[in-house]
Amino acid sequence: MIELQGISKQFGPEGPPAIDGLDLAIAAGEVMVLIGESGSGKTTTLNLINRLAEPSAGTIRIDGQDATTADPVTLRRHMGYVFQGVGLFPHMTVGENVAITPRLLGWDKPRIAARVTELLALVRLPVEQYRDRYPAELSGGQRQRIGLARALAAEPHIMLMDEPFGALDPLTRDDLATDFLQIHRELKLTTVLVTHDMTEAFMLGNRVAVMRDGKIAQIGTPQDLAANPADDFVRTLIETPRRRARELAAIMQAGPA
Amino acid sequence: MGGTRASFAAALANLPDYLGQHVLLSLSALLLGLAISLPLGIIAARSRALRGPVLGFASMIQTIPSLALLALFYPVLLVLSVFAQSTFGAGFRALGFLPALLALTLYSMLPVLRNTVSAITGIDPAVIMAARAVGMTKRQTLFLVELPLAAPVIMAGIRTAAVWVIGTATLSTPVGQTSLGNYIFTGLQTENWIFVLFGCVAAALLTMVVDRLLALAEQSFSEHSFAKLIACLVGLALVVGASLAPMLASGRADVVVGVKNFSEQYILGSLIERHLAEAGFSTVRRDNLGSAVVFRALTANDVNVYIDYSGTIWTNEMKRTGNPGRKVMLREIRKWLKDNYGVADLGAVGFENAYAFAMRRDRAEALGIRTIADLAAHASQLKLGTDYEFPSRPEWRAVSKAYHFDFAVKRQYQPNFMYRAVETGDVDVISAFSSDGRIAQYDLVVLGDPKGALPPYDAIILVSPSQAHDEKLLKALEPLVGAIDLETMQKANLMVDRSTNKRTPRDAAIWLDRQISTGH
Repeated sequence: MIELQGISKQFGPEGPPAIDGLDLAIAAGEVMVLIGESGSGKTTTLNLINRLAEPSAGTIRIDGQDATTADPVTLRRHMGYVFQGVGLFPHMTVGENVAITPRLLGWDKPRIAARVTELLALVRLPVEQYRDRYPAELSGGQRQRIGLARALAAEPHIMLMDEPFGALDPLTRDDLATDFLQIHRELKLTTVLVTHDMTEAFMLGNRVAVMRDGKIAQIGTPQDLAANPADDFVRTLIETPRRRARELAAIMQAGPA
Repeated sequence: MGGTRASFAAALANLPDYLGQHVLLSLSALLLGLAISLPLGIIAARSRALRGPVLGFASMIQTIPSLALLALFYPVLLVLSVFAQSTFGAGFRALGFLPALLALTLYSMLPVLRNTVSAITGIDPAVIMAARAVGMTKRQTLFLVELPLAAPVIMAGIRTAAVWVIGTATLSTPVGQTSLGNYIFTGLQTENWIFVLFGCVAAALLTMVVDRLLALAEQSFSEHSFAKLIACLVGLALVVGASLAPMLASGRADVVVGVKNFSEQYILGSLIERHLAEAGFSTVRRDNLGSAVVFRALTANDVNVYIDYSGTIWTNEMKRTGNPGRKVMLREIRKWLKDNYGVADLGAVGFENAYAFAMRRDRAEALGIRTIADLAAHASQLKLGTDYEFPSRPEWRAVSKAYHFDFAVKRQYQPNFMYRAVETGDVDVISAFSSDGRIAQYDLVVLGDPKGALPPYDAIILVSPSQAHDEKLLKALEPLVGAIDLETMQKANLMVDRSTNKRTPRDAAIWLDRQISTGH
């Protein structure tokens, strides 16, 4: 359970706030998708949860505990974070990358080794083949899987994901998204996922929060949003996948030009 | 050419000492430099405000000519040492290792600083963000992510620094630190090109070997190869161990012999060493010191024995003008040295090495010049060649004041090139040294000094305050007092300075010793 109450975030003394009086509650076990245009505050909201960014005002509670007074390093070690740009450590092998948070937590070596084997199997990369390779030797999809495995390594129950599938080709992307949903259910994770792709948002999210100018324009299940868009902005946004589907169908019917 | 082989053998005999000192100096300077510039580079990479001043300072150091940087540390340390002596009752040696170490340390900083800063600031921000997100503290981020990623670039900076330091360490000879530069400076003075080449090749080889070994370390970081790092460390340990072993085995020397930067001094230095060795002292040489530097070093006990010249002490140290005559001058010098510094003056060696104006005989006769007064009448059409010291010494002021001359052109040379220049006619008159064998060899005439503007320059043996009452040492040096006349010294000097059938200063010293013991 993650609760954000009256959160504001101001970068620098001037300009509009990045987050402006945000209230958001994420239930245990759900996938909450944050969607919106660039600069709407999605990534900042995500970073506030594990204190990569500090709020200017407001409170954040995780399982009822005040996160803003907790030790940020400890907090981060108990949350998984998957980056848009993957952010694997280029000087460490796949095995070392996955093992990093358990190592920081001081797990013993056999336990870490077992965990690495388990996680590589979970993201469907054979351990003998991949453990000793360096990130530069992997494809984008494989790197993203390693990023996911690294985030899961210390058995967190909260996952923060910033456009985790954004840079991948469509087939790999669907493949990985499906795998992730299964992992999410198996491990009973609570996930906050940022995307700007409405189709992805609808397919992955239990609930979707549409963000605009550092506020939540509307929050609800994909069905709620589709049935009752709060305003024209939300309507246009959720119309996009439908419009594209219609355009695609039209092209298909017309046959080759 | 027997001379070539003898020179090579002499050069080789000095290698353990020179190489060991060179390696010890370079290694210390590099390690000290790293200990400063690595943390400083990390701080500068974090703080934008510090980055400019720190890199600016290091760049500024780099623009100072390396020889000047080395030279500057001696007076600075001397002042500090005197201060430490008066405040804490304990001084330190301002000559030799310390000034060379500090100058080279400063010199090593820029490449390491610059590469550390650019390597750390150049790391992909996403990786740093990831380090924070997986739960690393700032310290863990530095040691687990930033430094390993920056290591190849930092290592490249260390390589550059190592190459610079090993090369520049050859310039530490004039501040009294033995290095491979001793071959080069001594070779240049005595026109012993075998020595010069030997020094260059030895320094170049050392630089290349260290550079290749450090390249292995650089590759080991970027290729994640542990074996290459081990190879580098083993290689470096072998180089350092092999260079330092003979030096460590030989232990500390009892007596430091100071030597100025010309052939006569090299010969006399060897002669003193022979006599001390016979008496059971172990010795170490400080070669190629300037006149003021070596005197200062003697009073501070950094040098224990050297040979100076009465006129030099009289005008440069005692700041006296006028010429009371040889005997009176020697007496006053001895008293002054004892009263002011506790330096023991054992007495005159027997010959004089005076500053004298000399011309080619044919040129002097053509112009009808026999004395410095005659010279002054023609000076406005003549070119003067001097050594580096003379124009800034009081003797020059005294003599030009006495005779009012103003030369058309003034040039400065290494002493040996000065003789060449007057022989070839590049200059008309030179500030020669009266004990130099080349005066006779090149058929030069020494001009008279009717006004007595130049003082006498008797060679005198000086002993530092710390050894001034060491009877065994004084007794070992006693046979040299009154032992060498001008003609004998000229012959010994010519053996080293002539261009054919050259002898090493050591050989000349052996010859000289034989002359002394047979009482020629």
